[in-house]
Amino acid sequence: MTHRLRPDGGARGSGDADREPSGVRGSGGDASGSDDDDRGSGDGGRGTPRGKSAAGAVRDAVERTLGGNDLAVVLATLGAIYLLFTLFVLVANDFEITTSTINAIASTLRLLTFFAASYAVLALALNLHWGYTGLFNIGVAGFMAVGVYTMGLLSSPPDATSGMGLGLPLPIGIIGGMVAAALVGLIAALPALRLEADYLAIVTLGLSEIIRLTMNSGQLSSWTVETFGFGTGGGSGLNLPARPTDALFEGGAGEALLATLTGMGVRRSIVVDAAYLFVVIAFVVGVYWLLSRVGASPFGRVLKAIRDDELVARSLGKDTRLFKIKVFMLGCALMGLGGILWQGSYGYVNPNSFRPIVTFYVFVAVIIGGSGSNAGSIVGSILFVGLLFEGPRQFGGIVQNAMELGDAPATFAGAVGPLTGLDPTPLLAYGLENISALQFVLLGVVLIVIIQRRPDGVLGHRTETAAAVDLGERPAAGAAPDASRDSATDAGSASGSGGDADE
Amino acid sequence: MNSGVDAPDEEASENGAASAGKADDADVPDAVDVVGVDEAVAGGSDESAADGTTHEPETQDSAVERRAAETPPDVRLQVRNLRKSFGGVVAVDDMSFAVEAGTITGLIGPNGAGKSTTFDCITGAHEPDGGTVRFNGEDITGLRPDQIASRGLVRTFQIARELPEMTVLENLMLAPPDQVGERLWRSVVPGARRGVVEQERALRDRVWETLEFFEIDHLARQEAGALSGGQRKLLEMARAMMTDPDLLLLDEPLAGVNPTLEEKLLDRIHDLRDQGYTFLIVEHDMDVIMDHCEHVIVMHQGSLLAEGPPAEIRSNERVIDAYLGEDLE
Repeated sequence: MTHRLRPDGGARGSGDADREPSGVRGSGGDASGSDDDDRGSGDGGRGTPRGKSAAGAVRDAVERTLGGNDLAVVLATLGAIYLLFTLFVLVANDFEITTSTINAIASTLRLLTFFAASYAVLALALNLHWGYTGLFNIGVAGFMAVGVYTMGLLSSPPDATSGMGLGLPLPIGIIGGMVAAALVGLIAALPALRLEADYLAIVTLGLSEIIRLTMNSGQLSSWTVETFGFGTGGGSGLNLPARPTDALFEGGAGEALLATLTGMGVRRSIVVDAAYLFVVIAFVVGVYWLLSRVGASPFGRVLKAIRDDELVARSLGKDTRLFKIKVFMLGCALMGLGGILWQGSYGYVNPNSFRPIVTFYVFVAVIIGGSGSNAGSIVGSILFVGLLFEGPRQFGGIVQNAMELGDAPATFAGAVGPLTGLDPTPLLAYGLENISALQFVLLGVVLIVIIQRRPDGVLGHRTETAAAVDLGERPAAGAAPDASRDSATDAGSASGSGGDADE
Repeated sequence: MNSGVDAPDEEASENGAASAGKADDADVPDAVDVVGVDEAVAGGSDESAADGTTHEPETQDSAVERRAAETPPDVRLQVRNLRKSFGGVVAVDDMSFAVEAGTITGLIGPNGAGKSTTFDCITGAHEPDGGTVRFNGEDITGLRPDQIASRGLVRTFQIARELPEMTVLENLMLAPPDQVGERLWRSVVPGARRGVVEQERALRDRVWETLEFFEIDHLARQEAGALSGGQRKLLEMARAMMTDPDLLLLDEPLAGVNPTLEEKLLDRIHDLRDQGYTFLIVEHDMDVIMDHCEHVIVMHQGSLLAEGPPAEIRSNERVIDAYLGEDLE
């Protein structure tokens, strides 16, 4: 039967849709012909519309080159953004390659990667809620705040300048933060998950603001119980423990390495920050691994069923309430972790970092990448940070410097007025001066375009099969005419998935 | 009249494991004098008000009751005095019937007779206002849909509800009960996942068998949303069969299905019946019901009008008057 579904599967061999469960968790080296051939058939019906446009042809070419390997897609996206920003920095420095230019490039790319990685953790967590289970959680920032503040309250030294902590070891703080975020998630979930999806949205948004305002409140800024200090610091924020990686460079081999590198002209902060960056990237990989496993399992299958039609899942005997509560708590814990990795790394935090706009940004990242796809969430985070979050500011700065537009007018009228005299310079200067505000316009436009033109995200339609084994494998008895061929394929994929499973 | 609503909770649980026949015997004497309890259980003054209207076909109802009480213990489903109203509209009013194991039972009635509401009340989608539903002798009245389904009473929907963004394979893989991998930690923790993978392999083989049985194996890798209406009906039945149900409730399984596919579906239903599965089918197509069901239940205005073998129903004056009319001439 399968051969009938295979008009272009072998030729394209992209297998983009079905690759993930084994492809990425495996070495990536198993993108071999037989496997692809089998899986390619699944998306055979979708090949035609894609081939119509020039953009589609380019995309096909890219997909063929990348072999549908998600790791390659992520790295290629990151590489493209790196290239763009390297170019920005070079233009800003008039292409003079000096130590300071190289430092500037390194620090720009470091910052980009840090933001992208932080957003990736959050986007993956949100994708678990929204993309996988259809839970419309717009309280991401609130759960981040719970994570960061709990970590701070547990691990900050009691004699911090602002706020007071218990001075417990950092791992306890981090785990505590995640547990607290999960528990707050539970509190939100218990009443809200019984209601329709819209109410969950309202409850989570409200909760996130309540959390932020609570952190802001003067009443909680410092408590003293006996001799025991404890407080959020209110509006003036909370001191947090230093990044654990910073200690690596104090004494020993770390200090020596740092000395060598700074001797070569590398800025100290770049080395120290990069060390932390690797930690965050490791967490992204870990969260990705975890969620891929969750997705490719019977548990993940129930989540997808809840998203598609909860009544069907219930009518098949699944207690969907339990699944929703579990997945909500898991996602909230990961949001707490994301908050700790990001906002928890500055040594200081205040409630303004957790405005609802942060939630919105994470949603944009997930939408760009395509909800329901873990790899898409990471790609979406990179693209969001590169093109929408950091890109416009950098670009605006460069143009401003390059064109020497003079002082920007203070008001919109002042900017538009000279247009009557056909002088666009003040308007341009005004626009560039206010580029961070214009960013929101850009963001809106991009969202509208994506939702209209590519509702499945930039990676297109993806199927990350919710099963722990390759479902396409038929039992040998069932495949009559092309039995030999199928069983050969089966043997190949069986060893592949078996290896994944036992890792 | 009220005897179905009778069972005070303790009694229900006591008799939960007992055979249906026994439980019913106990119910009959209670019926006369436990009105107070009835109201407490059914929770309604509107119940006694509504009773006035249903008293009239007394003789028939008590006949049904007696028959129900006499039914052998292989009764799969026993519905007694089921009531459900939406606002002022009484959709199901004092409906009683039984489905015997290993049969194909048909439930028919004109539009608005309350067939789908009856289904919804049986399967937990709606909570009945009164009456009891017993399945395999156990009182399942008012349980959640998932609790009812996990006891082996599984339904399909009038308008097929496929899981559109999941492949046909995933749709079927979802259904089997007691999957170890539905526990989060089993799916994630490396060592524990081995058992999950083994079970998944076994299930996958069953899924392919089922797909072949329903002859939709060529659609296996497609997303369910891309299927045609008839194929969705097949998918839905295949998916329900993956739960290995004791009783399958099919809500208009043939609606929107072309004649060829219809033949195929009915063949499958007969095959499965021969394997020992039990079916309760709501269907509009009279010929299908008459040709394929051993037992037919006719609903009219929310309550039972008649029940019996198809030949008997065909010649039942009340049924002809109320519903069939010239259709059967």
